[in-house]
Amino acid sequence: MVYIISIILVGIGVYGLMTQKNLFKHLISLSIIDTAVNIFIVATGYVNGGKAPIYTKNFPSFAIGRFVDPLPQALVLTAIVIGVGTLAVGASLLVRVKEKHSSIDVENMKGVGE
Amino acid sequence: MRRFYAILVAAGLVYMLFMFLGTIVPYGKADVADRVSAHFLAKDVNSISPTKWVEGDKQVPHSERVYGRKGFEDGSANVVTSIVVNYRSFDTLGEVTVLFASAVGVGLILGGTRRMKYGRKPNFILRVSTGILLPLIILFGIYIFVHGHLTPGGGFPGGTIIAAAVLLLYLSNEEFSLNMIVSKSLEGSMGSLYVIFGLIGLAAGGAFLFNFLPNGVVGSLFSAGVVPLVYMTIGLKVGSELSGVVAEIHEEREG
Repeated sequence: MVYIISIILVGIGVYGLMTQKNLFKHLISLSIIDTAVNIFIVATGYVNGGKAPIYTKNFPSFAIGRFVDPLPQALVLTAIVIGVGTLAVGASLLVRVKEKHSSIDVENMKGVGE
Repeated sequence: MRRFYAILVAAGLVYMLFMFLGTIVPYGKADVADRVSAHFLAKDVNSISPTKWVEGDKQVPHSERVYGRKGFEDGSANVVTSIVVNYRSFDTLGEVTVLFASAVGVGLILGGTRRMKYGRKPNFILRVSTGILLPLIILFGIYIFVHGHLTPGGGFPGGTIIAAAVLLLYLSNEEFSLNMIVSKSLEGSMGSLYVIFGLIGLAAGGAFLFNFLPNGVVGSLFSAGVVPLVYMTIGLKVGSELSGVVAEIHEEREG
């Protein structure tokens, strides 16, 4: 089920990339695809009935099937941080584009060669 | 017409990915015993014999009580933290570097000299509640990254919460602007401190970012060796970095 949600989110992101003319919406579409891939990677490590991989008083020992796979979560932690970085750089580039061409809509930009 | 083609292409892509779903492990049926993650969870990665794994035998570590005991490879109760900051710490150093590069990029693209004014007075509720909420938000951020090895969280979410406090200050006060010298020097010194921890590990244990402090009892605050120290440096670094990004967004160039 979670796999299906992430695939549909990828479809929404690709649709947004192809139809929208606003560059910020392009950035948001890329961000949606990023989120979809993260959801997918975390979902590959899920074990039915598994708990979060943290040892507590109630779950003091290791057993197969008790905890979900922690490795995809650790990888996605990296991916989320890098996604934030690329989103920040992209948004700041759009601020400069707006200043120079007076719009971030690809059809209303001024001074862009045909 | 363009929307129609877009729907067609997106639906085709979704269909292709659905076909791909049949070849992977079904949702919820992941076999942790088949992966290295079982050894990450049981905290005995060094006991894996590589030849046995290649021949196809599963090497499942025997289950034993971990919480409240000492003497494991890694002493953090949160297994994700032990992977991020201990087993794969070099990867995290690269991640911090990428975040630093993006913060520098935002500074180069947006960097201005004076604070942008919006010309409107912030709401009364916003101004008063900032004074009440700000210490709580900063305290919560510090709690998140100090307890990164015991509870969900860690340096990256904690730093982001601190940056959210700075954003609240920017929204509630037209005159406020972050002291960039303090934030940049904190960021730089914390980034170098991470590398220095790695070099101390290289000198003490023979491997870069080696965990050179005693691990202690799993589940207590002073445990897991170097992990809480590294997560504190990461928390302060990410907090000052993202605060700098928030500050640069609110700046404009002269003229």
